[in-house]
Amino acid sequence: MTAVLAQAESVGSVTANLGFFLLFVIVTLMIVLRVSRTNATRADYYTGGHAFTGPQNGTAIAGDFLSAASFLGIAGAIALYGYDGFLYSIGFLVGWLMALLLVAELLRNTGRFTMGDVLAFRMRQRPVRAAAATSTLIVSLFYLIAQMAGAGGLISLLLQIPKDDTFSQAMVIVVVGGLMIFYVLFGGMKGTTWVQIIKAGLLLTGAAVLTTWVLGRYGFDLSAVLEHATDNSEHGEAILDPGLQYTNKIDFISLGLALVLGTAGLPHILMRFYTVPSAKEARRSVVWAIWLIGTFYLFTLVLGYGATALLPAGTITRENQNDAAPLLAYALGGELMLGLISAVAFATILAVVAGLTITASASFAHDVYANVLRRGTASPDSEVRVARTTALVIGLVAIGGGILANGQNVAFLVALAFAVAASANLPTILFSLFWKRFNTTGALCSIYGGVLICVALIVVSPAVSGSPNAMIPSVDFSIFPLSNPGLVSIPASFLLGVVGTLLGGRERFDAATYAEMEVRSLTGAGAVRPTEEKKKEEPRPAAVPAAELASAPIRGGAARPSPGGDGAARRPRTSGQAGDLFGNTGLTGTQPAVGMSGRPARPDRWGEYGTQASGGFRAAPPEDPNEVTIPHGSFYRDDRG
Amino acid sequence: MSSPAERSAGTIYEQVQASPEFRAFRGRLRRYVFPMTAIFLAWYLAYVGLASYAPEFMSIRVAGTITVGLLIGLAQFVSTFVITTLYVRFAERELDGPAAELRARVESGHQEVGA
Repeated sequence: MTAVLAQAESVGSVTANLGFFLLFVIVTLMIVLRVSRTNATRADYYTGGHAFTGPQNGTAIAGDFLSAASFLGIAGAIALYGYDGFLYSIGFLVGWLMALLLVAELLRNTGRFTMGDVLAFRMRQRPVRAAAATSTLIVSLFYLIAQMAGAGGLISLLLQIPKDDTFSQAMVIVVVGGLMIFYVLFGGMKGTTWVQIIKAGLLLTGAAVLTTWVLGRYGFDLSAVLEHATDNSEHGEAILDPGLQYTNKIDFISLGLALVLGTAGLPHILMRFYTVPSAKEARRSVVWAIWLIGTFYLFTLVLGYGATALLPAGTITRENQNDAAPLLAYALGGELMLGLISAVAFATILAVVAGLTITASASFAHDVYANVLRRGTASPDSEVRVARTTALVIGLVAIGGGILANGQNVAFLVALAFAVAASANLPTILFSLFWKRFNTTGALCSIYGGVLICVALIVVSPAVSGSPNAMIPSVDFSIFPLSNPGLVSIPASFLLGVVGTLLGGRERFDAATYAEMEVRSLTGAGAVRPTEEKKKEEPRPAAVPAAELASAPIRGGAARPSPGGDGAARRPRTSGQAGDLFGNTGLTGTQPAVGMSGRPARPDRWGEYGTQASGGFRAAPPEDPNEVTIPHGSFYRDDRG
Repeated sequence: MSSPAERSAGTIYEQVQASPEFRAFRGRLRRYVFPMTAIFLAWYLAYVGLASYAPEFMSIRVAGTITVGLLIGLAQFVSTFVITTLYVRFAERELDGPAAELRARVESGHQEVGA
């Protein structure tokens, strides 16, 4: 092993590796600084003003989704284990159909900034937002720490830092984290998106060049690549067959389930659907993402087998399997190619961690701070301030966690992130979009139940203790046989959602809100529109002139129980509650600020609307706030356009 | 505030939700996406299950070093691309038109109520 490492550590030139990487950093920093000037409003910070096109967003999704684990991890797994490594990429790809068919468009139509927006539409604001933020923060943070820990080891190889020099590795993690914080703080979602688009372009181009190169060596005959791979591999022909990496059949099925159902529940992916102007563009985004991601995984198949075929036998081992793609690049194109692929890998990590950080910060600021703590009274500006502070804190936590986890086997963190996404997020999203009776109790049971089951099962699984590959191999408190909890936790949280809904059956069913959510989710009526000054040429439904809307009760205030008298004290679902979806109304049902008159205790609320009036879609604030309880997204320019 | 007539008919969203056009539209969407989801999930799980429980079958050589497993794996890519394309065609042909009509109805409904 040491011989291989020594060989691996001496490949390439640090100058070339660093040069290409610095080029990437300089270009992206310039873009981030450029967009930071147009990064004024809350919608800009969270979603880039909903103004990206489908193809742009689809490319950014590919950049957000294809982590270092996808690129280096899968190529390495195919190089070492052959067929079993390939299975991973199929789960990652097929899961996108779930996003395409069931989630992307309806989510775009229903929410505004976060996953919590969708759940809060027809449920009790504060508890479901708190729950959604909890699972979002858990998924993002665990995924983030796993990426940062991997960054240390990977970049140490590229910069030829010895594997035992933990201080220099820690410095590498600090630099990655610092850059990520800078992108997110200054670039917001626009900057992050452009970093992801550039990264996706680099990654796909790099992988395409390497793939063509490998195939070219074998006369574009995949069978010949595989043949040489079997000659070179220590496993021989077995690398063409299933079963080398995953010996536990049930564990493998569990993993497969989490991969296919987790993709459409990953919060940083869900948030990307809000960066486009309409559901149709969200659909186009996913189509682009599927083609790009699918093509990329086909490349990794060739890269993985190609690495085994072209590199001297025994080069790729369990310890350095993540280096398969960089080593292949070096074998094919020397220092220059290695430098290029190293920069791509670095860019890959940066783009993914930036996407995770902005999602986590948005979820905390929009769901927890603005709606749970401040009960909807926070101004968009203060929300963005909190989001930026949160991004800083999350960045620092990720740096600290990454340094602590560096060198440890934290692969289970990724498994955990996918399992939580599949078990806590997906069931609640699907139920709230498609199941009429689904209610707050059901959502809380499903989210918290899913999170708790996943975390508990991971802690007592062989991924954490008791097996040679575990994080703590020395002790054994594993009583659950599977390293991935998906097979148990996913059906359990679907079930918990149903049981909770039945238990909470006494919650009042709000036909009006349900009708509104269903009609809006399917037709796009009232969906939040983009705020960019320079409009793209996407056909957008003409906005109804604000003057006509100002007097129009969007959901007749009197059709719903008036939040007067003791109603406010009994925490009813006031009409303001669903309106609070958009964060800029303060009438949550849980706060008795609405008196008999229905007027809010905070007149400055309307001041906010007053500034929106200059945006062009709304003329005047309504006289009675109860009349326009939903600040109908489509009719407002987002924030202060 | 709202008129008695409006109160009895519910909000514009309830009116649209109750309309036969919306119900037909929702039915068309659900009849497409639910079975399609079931199909791709079943096909994917069959693939995962075959790799776990029928590795001998997956290891059969079809031509040279190309195995059945590799071909089925590649077929997963193909089926994903095909389902994507089919859905986009379906959505553009069957969904986008009615969605725009219903959306216009909701948005013009606001004007009527307000008038």
